[in-house]
Amino acid sequence: MEVLYFAWVRERIGLPRETVETGAATVRELVEELRAREDRYEAAFADLSALRVALDQELRDFDAPLEGVREVAFFPPMTGG
Amino acid sequence: MRVVVQQEPFDFGAEAEAFARGQTGMGAVVTFTGVVRDLDTGGLEAMEIEHYPGMTQKAIAGVAEKARDRWSLGDVLVIHRYGRLAPGERIMMVATAAPHRKDAFEAAEYLMDYLKSRAPFWKKEITAEGADWVAAKDEDEAALDRW
Repeated sequence: MEVLYFAWVRERIGLPRETVETGAATVRELVEELRAREDRYEAAFADLSALRVALDQELRDFDAPLEGVREVAFFPPMTGG
Repeated sequence: MRVVVQQEPFDFGAEAEAFARGQTGMGAVVTFTGVVRDLDTGGLEAMEIEHYPGMTQKAIAGVAEKARDRWSLGDVLVIHRYGRLAPGERIMMVATAAPHRKDAFEAAEYLMDYLKSRAPFWKKEITAEGADWVAAKDEDEAALDRW
């Protein structure tokens, strides 16, 4: 699946997007896989309460299932308007 | 309904005029525009606005649809910019038309409250000292509770 990062999440990880092969059943499991990779991922995902997630461009929570999902995006709380 | 996400400036006067023109069944048109505000201490060089292409348009249109379900509205317009903006530049505008002003005002406020914390934009303040992401405010999230 495609994993996208925005704002300071993108800056900490150093990538705007990447393709990830995963068997994770939920967003939370995917986050744990990513955190285990490298320090920069650990730094980005250290505090989930500071993050939001969208699945196929819809806001969801971290317990949402990943089955059938093509695009996951992680970002801080939004500051539009 | 028109939702525009663009980098370029927009002409607030022309957009408001075009929106209000020909609204024969509508007794009220409310327009709001948001402006890049300098820091309280001054020194803001620019505001950089990042967004999530693909999701942004859908998220805004979704909020506008909910507003139309909830209030008696005619047309709705949302324009939101991204990219690098200088203090004083207009970031966004919202316009609502309704038979009566209460619906137009409330729907515009609802749109603004939801755009603040549900549309995928992120602001970064650039000063001579560096760059800082703007943190979301608890009060912006709390503002959604009243709806």
